[in-house]
Amino acid sequence: MGAASAFFLRQHGRSVVLLERDVIGQYASGVNFGNVRRQGRFLGQLELANHSFALWKRLPQLIDDDLEFITSGHMRVCYREDEIAELEAYAATPEARELDLRIYSGRELHTRFPFLGPEVKGGSYAPHDGHANPRLAAPAFARAARRAGAIVEERCEVTSVEKVGGQFRVTTSNGREYRAEQVLITAGAWGEKLSAQFGEPVPLITKGPQMSVTEPVPYVLKTVIGVYTKMPEEELYFRQIPRGNIIIGGCSHTKPDMLNRRAHFDPRSLLKQLQQMRRLVPDMTNLNIIRTWSGIESYLPDSLPIMGPSGKVEGLYYAFGFSGHGFQLGPGVGDVMAELMSTGGTNTSIAPFGIGRFADYTEQQRRAS
Amino acid sequence: MATARLKDLHKEACRVVIVGAGPAGTRCAEALVAAGIRPILLDENRRDGGQIYRRQPEGFSRDYATLYGSEADKARALHQTFDRLRGQIDYRPDTLVWGLTPGQLCCVSQGSHSTVEYDALILCTGATDRIMPIEGWQLAGIYSLGGAQIALKAQAVSIGRRVVFLGSGPLLYLVASQYLKAGAKIAAVLDTSPLRRRIAALPNLLARPGVLFAGIKLLAQLQRAKVPVHFGVEPQRILGDASSGVCGVHVRTAAGDDLQVECDALALGYHLRPETQLADLAGCRMRFHQVSQQWLLDTDEQGRTSVKGVYASGDSTRIRGADAAEHAGRLTAMALLQDMRQPVSSEALALHRRALAVMEQFSQGLYQAFPWPAAQAGALPDEAIVCRCEMISAGELRAAVSEKGASEVNRAKAFSRVGMGRCQGRYCSQAGAEVIAAAAGVDVELVGRQRGQAPVKPLSMLTEELKPGEEVAL
Repeated sequence: MGAASAFFLRQHGRSVVLLERDVIGQYASGVNFGNVRRQGRFLGQLELANHSFALWKRLPQLIDDDLEFITSGHMRVCYREDEIAELEAYAATPEARELDLRIYSGRELHTRFPFLGPEVKGGSYAPHDGHANPRLAAPAFARAARRAGAIVEERCEVTSVEKVGGQFRVTTSNGREYRAEQVLITAGAWGEKLSAQFGEPVPLITKGPQMSVTEPVPYVLKTVIGVYTKMPEEELYFRQIPRGNIIIGGCSHTKPDMLNRRAHFDPRSLLKQLQQMRRLVPDMTNLNIIRTWSGIESYLPDSLPIMGPSGKVEGLYYAFGFSGHGFQLGPGVGDVMAELMSTGGTNTSIAPFGIGRFADYTEQQRRAS
Repeated sequence: MATARLKDLHKEACRVVIVGAGPAGTRCAEALVAAGIRPILLDENRRDGGQIYRRQPEGFSRDYATLYGSEADKARALHQTFDRLRGQIDYRPDTLVWGLTPGQLCCVSQGSHSTVEYDALILCTGATDRIMPIEGWQLAGIYSLGGAQIALKAQAVSIGRRVVFLGSGPLLYLVASQYLKAGAKIAAVLDTSPLRRRIAALPNLLARPGVLFAGIKLLAQLQRAKVPVHFGVEPQRILGDASSGVCGVHVRTAAGDDLQVECDALALGYHLRPETQLADLAGCRMRFHQVSQQWLLDTDEQGRTSVKGVYASGDSTRIRGADAAEHAGRLTAMALLQDMRQPVSSEALALHRRALAVMEQFSQGLYQAFPWPAAQAGALPDEAIVCRCEMISAGELRAAVSEKGASEVNRAKAFSRVGMGRCQGRYCSQAGAEVIAAAAGVDVELVGRQRGQAPVKPLSMLTEELKPGEEVAL
């Protein structure tokens, strides 16, 4: 979010300094599954997601880099008949119209996606959704921002942000001080620490996603598949990349070690994934898993991000807590935040994501302390 | 965490797990059994012995002298010890430890998964070949020195009819002479280390005159058999093509002449690198070892790592060879006993420490005599493959440094895929680090090391968790 915002702020001609404690895209942006998925999102977020999708399609021209983005299609499948009705209801909403969703079930489902196991009852197919390479995305935006004139500082930890007079004063652990009229906090799992400094704490929790990847095999599974379910252990998703590797995620999370800033993959998560993979795609069996990884993501209780201006301090903005689905939104968030900070408003609806929705929590925290 | 309470545990109740049944693991188990502990010994191989004293498969019956040559007595002694221990340890062969969490190992054996709880973990995971790429090393017919040795030892086959040995280090000569003895045609032994290096290393190598003499004898045998042996060569490229594999190798001799040697197989290696992935996953601290120019586990002289309850021994901590591994295994067992407040013999402790100090000095001599050819990485042409699993070239890796600003190993991996494939960097990450360091113009220590990730080896998607009560038939 920070790298994309820095890039788009430069497009508005703003002077930008991007401060990163470690390296760009290390914790959430670089380690996620890589879904560029719109279907299934909170309906109030689809406008932002659609805006972001339009940017994804233009990225090679915009940032002069290849993020391996492919509009391969995204298939959201379910194991229960009654869930098909829920997928249909979603597809029928006016907000989802741009997604061209199509619901499959029964024989048609298994003819169109013959590799799906017999337990799969239905699915919602989004032809334009796809995937990209998360390892490349945020650093590519940061390089583009730098080329466009932004100052990008890595390994530079922000220790405090204060507003003195009309100006923000940002100090870093290496003893530097930056002054600015506006500050945007895109610190992911650490965003709450900074918002709390301005009296706006939020009930943010951290989770480590669980990702694994197979050895490369011929490229045949071009559609991203994800399971729609209310059972967390069934939540599995996978995609194959043109090189042939199949990337698998889901089924569980771990608790990251925030002290050492490391998120470990729990080897037992892999067994859960393999069990669910055998159910989802029974014929995909005799492959090897060659690598697993995790990262540090931040979640809010309503699974929506914090995005927009501070409710308390003028000139302060937030974009963090993307609750495991920020990758697709990244370019859109960067563009909208840059628009908001440069023009004072945006045409894209971000009202549901305001930090003000946790005002009660702020009050509770204030009383508790 | 369970492992922090070692001293409170009775030795009967303490769950001690040793990973690896080579010289270090065997001697460690022996010492623990003598102290009244029944360790669980997990080994990836079907039979004990590790690499150097690898036991031939059942049904093969070559005698010790044929199989192990000058090391026959040591091999027999180790195997006999192991056979005696079998009833007193919980030995689980053919079991790969592929991941771990504090206090628990994730294992797979014959496609079935099980977990093993531990209070103390002793990693005797040995070493693998240290490889420096050369243009063309992805062609069929190129093996690591260790791989060539296993082919001979375990399957009694040669990797080719006309074999070149290229690299540096004692294993180069050992495997070459083993091939000679087995009747293979050796086209040449090409050592990147110049002879003067060996002379300069003599004071340290004389710490173990017997071993030094045995090494000189190997060389003499090769020369007597009219095997061309060249010192101080600069490897240029491996010749051949994708369809028919290797057909030769091109090096520059110490005198600066071009030399092409025809062959149909080539064994490549530059000494060894410790297998530290499990220790890395356990969170053990590593440190850069200047002498060998690689990251090693940070242990004390008895094998205590930075993580309480986790120990490491033998070549998995530093490369000192099989003899040293036997001493180290015993010392590590003593470290565990001391940490459990159990008595250990101070004489034995002193004896093994002294022996290890001598071997440490000798090992320093080996690094002096057969240095890691770091400069080769910088000189690799852009087209040369660095990462064989992902087929990533030196040029692509350099672009991650110069165009994308990655001057750290894990960053460069994320951008270029070097170290991201099946081997998980076991065979390419050290050379990759050298390429990055050369491209960034910094010391290799500064580019860091590739972080370990499970699974330690590729894990079949068919792997299923054992249900309680289910046993694997071995």
